[in-house]
Amino acid sequence: MFGLTALELARIQFGFTISFHIVFPAITIGLASYLVVLEGLWLWRRDTVYRDLYHFWSTIFAVNFAMGVVSGLVMAYQFGTNWSSFSTFAGSITGPLLAYEVLTAFFLEAGFLGVMLFGWRKVGPGLHFFSTIMVALGTLISTTWILASNSWMQTPQGFEIIDGRVVPVDWLKVIFNPSFPYRLAHMTLAAYLATALFVGASGAWHLLRRRDTRATRTMLSMAMWMILATAPVQILAGDLHGLNTLAYQPAKIAALEGHWQSKPGESVPLTLFGWPDMQAETTRYALQVPYLGSLILTHQLYGQVPGLKDFAPEDRPNATVVFWTFRLMVGLGLLMLLAGVWGLWLRWRGKLYEQRIFLRFALWMGPSGLIAILAGWMTTEIGRQPWIVYGIMRTRDAVSDHSVLALSTTLAVFVVMYFAVFGTGIGYMLKLVAKGPQESGPDESGPDELRPHAEAKADRMRRPARPFSAAPDVVEPDHPETWPAAPGAKEA
Amino acid sequence: MGVGIDLPLVWALIIGFGLMMYVVMDGFDLGIGILFPFVPDRHERDAMINTVAPVWDGNETWLVLGGAALLAAFPLAYAVILSALYLPLMAMLAGLIWRGVAFEFRFKADEEHKLFWGHAFTWGSYIATVAQGVALGAFISGFPVAKNSYAGGALDWLTPFNLFTGLGLVVAYALLGATWLVIKTEGDLQQRMRRIARPATLVLLAVIGIVSLWTPLTHADIAARWFSFPNLALFSPVPVLVLAAAWGLLRSLAREDSHATPFLLALCLIFLGYSGLGISLWPYIIPPAVTIWQAAAPPQSMGFTLVGALLIIPCILAYTGWSYYVFRGKVRPGEGYH
Repeated sequence: MFGLTALELARIQFGFTISFHIVFPAITIGLASYLVVLEGLWLWRRDTVYRDLYHFWSTIFAVNFAMGVVSGLVMAYQFGTNWSSFSTFAGSITGPLLAYEVLTAFFLEAGFLGVMLFGWRKVGPGLHFFSTIMVALGTLISTTWILASNSWMQTPQGFEIIDGRVVPVDWLKVIFNPSFPYRLAHMTLAAYLATALFVGASGAWHLLRRRDTRATRTMLSMAMWMILATAPVQILAGDLHGLNTLAYQPAKIAALEGHWQSKPGESVPLTLFGWPDMQAETTRYALQVPYLGSLILTHQLYGQVPGLKDFAPEDRPNATVVFWTFRLMVGLGLLMLLAGVWGLWLRWRGKLYEQRIFLRFALWMGPSGLIAILAGWMTTEIGRQPWIVYGIMRTRDAVSDHSVLALSTTLAVFVVMYFAVFGTGIGYMLKLVAKGPQESGPDESGPDELRPHAEAKADRMRRPARPFSAAPDVVEPDHPETWPAAPGAKEA
Repeated sequence: MGVGIDLPLVWALIIGFGLMMYVVMDGFDLGIGILFPFVPDRHERDAMINTVAPVWDGNETWLVLGGAALLAAFPLAYAVILSALYLPLMAMLAGLIWRGVAFEFRFKADEEHKLFWGHAFTWGSYIATVAQGVALGAFISGFPVAKNSYAGGALDWLTPFNLFTGLGLVVAYALLGATWLVIKTEGDLQQRMRRIARPATLVLLAVIGIVSLWTPLTHADIAARWFSFPNLALFSPVPVLVLAAAWGLLRSLAREDSHATPFLLALCLIFLGYSGLGISLWPYIIPPAVTIWQAAAPPQSMGFTLVGALLIIPCILAYTGWSYYVFRGKVRPGEGYH
C-alpha cells in the first residue's frame, strides 16, 4: 500500500490504533478523579449543583469509558499480533507489568463501574462514593503500570539478556527505571489538564450561548482553578523530564531540538523554528535564540549537549517530525498557562463568566490538552526510534512476519472502523455536553439517608437505577434545526 | 521464588481458569447479541441489554487478563499464537469494538440509529464469537513453529474444522445467553428464551459429538492421547456427564418455575467441553510440539506475577460477585438501568 514496507505498515497500524486509544484513557483518568471530587462535594456540602454535575459528567464518562475499553483491548493483543519478536524477546518484562495492570487496575475499574454508573439508587451513598473512588483509583493504578512498561522500553534496566531474551533480575529497578517517575508525573498531569480544558470548554460553550446557570458557572470555575494549578506544575514536570531524557536518551533531545553539532566552548542556541533536514544534516531556515538552548537543557549558560552528528545515521530518530511535534506540545502548554492566568485575572475582576473573548478562547482550548498529549507521545515514541527497547532491540527486529497485503487490509479496516465508531462516539459525547447539566426534580433532591431506611431501600429497589431515566437518554433530538452546534463550531 | 513450585504448571492453570471465566461470563453476554435477531421488540431488547449493561465490561476484562497472563508467563506462545491467528483475532477485536460501544450508543441514539446500533451489537457479537471459535479450532489443530516464531501462512486457520468450531461456539454462547435471560427476565421474554434454549441444547450436544469424533479422526496425536491408558479411564465419565447435564437441562427448561437451574446446567456442559479440550491438548501450549515448560518465561517473571495473581484474583472474584449481587433480580422491559 503506497509503496510502504511491512515494517512501516505495522508501525502505522500501531501508531494509529494507540493514538486513537490514548485520547479516551486520558479523559477517563481526568473525569474519574473529577467525579470523585464532585460526589465528595455533594456528600459534604449537600449542594445539588455538585450532584447534577456528577450525573451530567458520569453519562459522558460512560460513553468515553466504553470507547477506552474496546480500543484498549486492541492494544493488549497487538503486541503479539504485530510485534511477536518483541514479545518473545521482552515479554518476560512487559508481560508481568501488563498482567499487573489488568489485575490491579482493569478489574477494579470494571468491577466498580457498574455500581458507579447504574447503582445510584441500588446502594447507599457511602458505597456509591466508594465505588466512584475505586474507579478513579483504578485509572491511576493503570497509568502507573503502563507507564512503568513504556518507561522501561525507553530507559531499560534491571535485566540481563540470556539466550537471546530478556530476563528480569531486579523488579524494583525494572519498574522504577530512570524515566518512570518523570513520565508518570507528566502523563498524569497531562490527563488532568486535558480533562480540565475539556470541562472548561464545555462550561464556556454554554455560557457563550447564554445558558448562565450555577452548574455551567461551577463547571468553568472548577476547570479554571484546575488549569491554573496544573499548567505551571506541568511545565516544571516537562522541564525535569527533558533533563532526564538528555541524560539517558541524548539523541532524542538532539532530534527534538534540531541540534546537529555542538562547538566546544560555545553555548547551544535554542532553535525556535526551522526545518531539520535529515539528508543534509542541518536545520534549514533556523530561527535561533543564543544561549537559550544551553540554559533550558542544562540550566547553565555554556552547557553542552550532544548533537545529532554525534550519533551514527542509523541510530538517529527522525528530527523533522519530533522537532515539530515537540514544538506543538510546548506551544499548547504555554497557551494553557495563559488560560489559567487569564482566568484568574478575570475572576479577580469579577468577569470570568462574562468576558466573551475569554470564553471563546477557553472553548477553543477544549481539545488542546488532547492534541498536546498526542504530540508529546509522538515526540517521545518517534524520538525513541530506531529502537523499540532503547539501545537493546531495534524496531525492525521486533516486527511479526506478516505480508504487506494482510497488514494493509487490516489497517484499512481499522482506519475506516475507528473513524466510524469512535467518530460517532465522540459525536455522542459532544451532544451530551451540548445538552448540558439537568437540574433534577424534587424527588431527586431528598437524600436517601434522611428518610426511614426501609423506605429508602424499597425505593432504591423499585426505581430505575439510572439517574434521569425519566428523561430520555436520547441525545439526538427530533428537530435537527434546534440542535445546538457542536462545541468548537463557529458561533452564529 | 519458585523453589519446589512448578511455575509453568501453576500459570497454565491460572490462564486456563481465566479463559474459563471469560467463556462463562462474556459467553452469556455475547450470547445476548447472538439472540438479538430472535427478539425484534425494542423494549425486550432494552431489557436484554440491561441484564448485562452493568457487568459486561468486567466480563471482557477476563479476555485482557488471558492475553496479558499469556504474555507474562508464556511469551513465546503469546507471540506465536497471536501472529498465527492475526486475521481472526483482528476480526474478533473489530467485532468486540462494535458490540462494546453499542451498549452505550444504543441508548444515546434516536430511533433510526438505535436500529443501526442494534445491528452493530448483533453482528459484532456473531463475528467475535465465530472468530473465537475459529481460534479455538486452530489451537486444537496446532501451529507450525520454526526458530521461535510462527512458520505457517496467514490463512492457515481457514479450514472446515475451524469454521465448524466457530459455528459451534455460536451455539454454545447462544445457549448461555438464553439461559442467563431465563434467570434475569420474566413473562414472554423468559418463555421465549426457554423455547430457544431447548433446540440450542440439542444442537450443542450434536456439535460436541461431532467435534469429539472429528478431532481424533484428523489429529492422530490427540487420538493417541485419548485412547491410551490411563487417560481413557479418566476421560470416560465425561461423555456420560455431558449426556446427564444435557438431559437435566432439557428437563429444567420444560419446567415453568426454573430460573437459575438451566444456566447452571449450561455452564456444566460448557465446563465439560472445556475439560475435554484440556485433556486433548495437555501439556502443550503451542500444539502440537511446544509444551508449557518449553514456552515458559523466566522464573523471575512467573514468580513475580504469581504473587500478585494469587493475592488479587480472590479480591477480583469478591468484588465482581458483589457487583452481580447489587444488580441481582429480574430486569423488566420498559424499566432498567438506562
